[in-house]
Amino acid sequence: MGTSLACAHTRKLAPLAEQAQYLALPRVELTVFVVRALLWVGFIVFLANLTVPAPPPSTSATLRTTPPPVPRPDRRWAGTTLTYYGERPGFGMAFERALLRQFEQDTGIRVNYIPRPLSASECYASYQRVFQARSPDVDVMMVDVVWPGALAPHLVPLSLSTEGFLPQLVENSMVDGKLVAMPGYLGAGLLYYRTDLLQRYGYEGPPRSFDELEQMAKSIQAGEKPVNPRFVGFVWQGYTYEGLTCNALEWQVSQGGGQMLDQVDSPEALRAFSRAAGWIGTISPAGVTGYQEEDVRNVFEGGNAAFMRHWPYCYASGNAPGSPVKGRFEVAPLPGASVLGGWEWAVSAYSRHPQAAEQLVAYQTCLPVQRWRAVEGAFLPTRPELYKDPELLERMPFCAIMPEVFRQAITRPSTRCRDLYNEASSIYFQGVATVLQGGDPAASMGRVRRDLSELMQP
Amino acid sequence: MERRRLAWLLLAPTLLVLAVVAFYPLAQTLAYSFTDARLGSSRPVHFVGLRNYFDLLVDPRFYSSLSLTVRFATVTVVFEFTLGLIIALVINSQFRGRGLMRAAVLVPWAIPTVMSTQMWKWMYHDVFGVLNDLGLRCGLLAAPVAWAADPAYLFPALCAVDIWKTTPFIALMLLAGLQVIPADIYEAADIDGASPLQQFWALTLPLLRPAIVVTLIFRTLDALRAFDIFYVMVGNRPHYQTLAVFNQQVLVEFSRVGPGSAISVVIFLLIAFFVFVYMRLFGVRE
Amino acid sequence: MKRLSFYALLTLIIGYTVFPYYWAFVSSIKPSSEIFATPVGLWPHSPTLENYRLVLSNAGFLQALVNSAAVCLASVTMALTFGSLAAYALGRFQFRGRTATLYLVLSMTMFPQIAVLGGLYAIINQIGLFNRLPALMLSYLLFTLPFTVWVLTNFFKQLPGELEEAAIVDGATPMQTYRLVLLPLLSPALVTTGLLAFIQCWNEFLYALSFMQTPDRYTVTRAIFSFAGVTGSGYEIPWGQMMAATILVTLPLLVLVLILQNRIIAGLTGGAVKG
Repeated sequence: MGTSLACAHTRKLAPLAEQAQYLALPRVELTVFVVRALLWVGFIVFLANLTVPAPPPSTSATLRTTPPPVPRPDRRWAGTTLTYYGERPGFGMAFERALLRQFEQDTGIRVNYIPRPLSASECYASYQRVFQARSPDVDVMMVDVVWPGALAPHLVPLSLSTEGFLPQLVENSMVDGKLVAMPGYLGAGLLYYRTDLLQRYGYEGPPRSFDELEQMAKSIQAGEKPVNPRFVGFVWQGYTYEGLTCNALEWQVSQGGGQMLDQVDSPEALRAFSRAAGWIGTISPAGVTGYQEEDVRNVFEGGNAAFMRHWPYCYASGNAPGSPVKGRFEVAPLPGASVLGGWEWAVSAYSRHPQAAEQLVAYQTCLPVQRWRAVEGAFLPTRPELYKDPELLERMPFCAIMPEVFRQAITRPSTRCRDLYNEASSIYFQGVATVLQGGDPAASMGRVRRDLSELMQP
Repeated sequence: MERRRLAWLLLAPTLLVLAVVAFYPLAQTLAYSFTDARLGSSRPVHFVGLRNYFDLLVDPRFYSSLSLTVRFATVTVVFEFTLGLIIALVINSQFRGRGLMRAAVLVPWAIPTVMSTQMWKWMYHDVFGVLNDLGLRCGLLAAPVAWAADPAYLFPALCAVDIWKTTPFIALMLLAGLQVIPADIYEAADIDGASPLQQFWALTLPLLRPAIVVTLIFRTLDALRAFDIFYVMVGNRPHYQTLAVFNQQVLVEFSRVGPGSAISVVIFLLIAFFVFVYMRLFGVRE
Repeated sequence: MKRLSFYALLTLIIGYTVFPYYWAFVSSIKPSSEIFATPVGLWPHSPTLENYRLVLSNAGFLQALVNSAAVCLASVTMALTFGSLAAYALGRFQFRGRTATLYLVLSMTMFPQIAVLGGLYAIINQIGLFNRLPALMLSYLLFTLPFTVWVLTNFFKQLPGELEEAAIVDGATPMQTYRLVLLPLLSPALVTTGLLAFIQCWNEFLYALSFMQTPDRYTVTRAIFSFAGVTGSGYEIPWGQMMAATILVTLPLLVLVLILQNRIIAGLTGGAVKG
């Protein structure tokens, strides 16, 4: 109805509208109007940017010692500024700041430190975008051990020595015979177990095979459940993400199931996945397929599980004051293989100061810094010789088992997959997740093998 | 004549912006969908014709996400509509505290989906969640349930979040429809001795029909592009990826712009089809 | 009896819609020891504001609040400016192509955002806006602008024509009529539409997830999503802080919505029901 009124008007107004001044003005007025709105928007952007230099997030870690000096500092690049994607917000930032202060002091190179995004997959995506734009905005970056293969075309080959580094990690960082990243610290899948419970149920030591693990978890759970209805035998990372690739690969390799890319549907691999599916609702909670690292840790550190598959950092948090399991758990190698994780340092191919950048990489991964990081913050070194260091062993007694873990350590096939690793890993963990949900193992994993071989075709 | 030019001048900024943020990107998405483009890759881009679409046709992940999306849309729309209608009828009657009631109904609608999903995820927590706790206390549950992980409960759990979040919106839409129905019709029906139930079927529903259909279509379209709830609750879990989540994974996480764009085009066509139906049914009324 | 069951139904509905929010609030004022305790307490025994203190001292989260506010304000400003001009044309002018444009705008209000993700991504990279807030301000126009145009067109149509006529007789140009006569009349509608568009922006997740890269550019939805992903720093998933952040982010919105509820309902339903 409103419109018909308006229509009537328009018709009546038509002669008026023919007057020249009627249209001469609006264009200017319209422009002024729109421009004013855009100026407001510009003002808002300006205000938002004013507030951007936010105070750095507070860190809880307090350092007892200062970092070691740069070994053979080279002051040739003093005065240059590097942009560096370093430790993400949280625990690692205090270490990063202290190290960078020392580095700036010794070399005269200034470092503009940007914490990398919290989750690894976001971080990966952002690097990809930086590289896509061939942006010189980033010089040095921390990269996950599974990325060198994918990011290699955008990384500078390093001329640093890898002597004394863990060979699996060095191999993982070599792409086409060139070293593109330096391993800085590592993670490895470990088996956490409750010493008090094992003793109470008459077990001498941690399980050496998945059969033993199952059997022990079952009997401890049967004994504990009447007292604590939330108690479960074994927790692990079962959410549909990279963590499941790590867990599943460990099951597969440990039980003779071959490698991730070619033999995912070997009879042994299928048995390993079916076995894990059988844990859900028996020795593992039904919710385990929703668990990521922190959910798993919550359950174990709340005293609600006998065994846990996790990375080394839980050793410190489990023994922190106030933790219900403090002093009541120990760490053992997983039955069989253990997947290596961790972070490496690399230089962007679009950096304007590659030599200065390489200095920072060298410092971050050098022996004294690795030792300092280990003693101060329990970051595990990538140089096996450090695991004999008495101070380190005193701080982290479980490090004594690490040489044994390294013997069976495996890396994910990221170097071979190159930029397809993310997708390969997704195909793999989504396939395993299907089996864990009750899907037919042979059909699901057969499909995974077909998808993977199709993906890997040149 | 001059007035017409002025009208287009007034429309120009809007059309320009829409061209930049909608039409040009859409054209580009369409163009990409015929190539094997990858993001952050130095490989050359090839024209591959319809291959991305043929690949989709044999991809079980595509069918599983399509079926999930359709099931999700159906279940949520049915529940939301029924509940929304009940709530609208209740609010439409006269009682003390009606304002409070309307306010309470607006609460879920005003909360961002990401936040409401996180809130529900916390309520669903298998160890510390309040749902398990209440269920155990009232004796409805024998043992704690992993609402957000166990395949037996996951789908209803996801639907419940959307139902909670969107029912109020539907209730308000229907309420607006109810309020334009003149009260004297009911008075007449009362005099004729029609029972409230008869009045509902014979008067309310037919008079509410336009509001009902608009609401249903709005909601169906919304449910078809569901992303936030699924992404926040279960990430990329197999069989629990909606079309939009699947699309985002292929496009952003795998950096496969070609096949990802093909999925985008399919989603666009699916929704465009519904919009077309909607337009045919109602049109822009003058 | 009938009255009783009616009020029981009311309580049930209110309980259903409000309980999750209540639960988020209760969790946010519980100390960590109570959050991670079983059986779960339905109200806190020793309420604390610790979680709020932590959230408010979390620079990343505050930054996200600022970012969200900036993105939403800018996007809404543009949407209202461009949208009201377009709505003026569509609501008060008669010209060929008007109906087609209206159809276009209406169908755009249902545009699936995911469909242009790839193309938009490419454009944003091309013009160097990647990981910059203006990228979001611009891309949010995809849904705020058609919505604004559609709702405001309906409001423009409802205005009596005599006003405009009188203004023109007085020698006002159309732009003056628009600015000095029509806009002031429509200011309540502008506020409502602006608020609704603001809420849409505030709630947006997909583009924020895909276009923003570093934590200092996160919007609130993005920041709260990543709250869950924080690993290795504390001793538990910070559910308490996450709930506190959720409350902080939604409370202002909720208050505004409750104050303006009548207008919002009119605005929300006006666009759709009148078709």
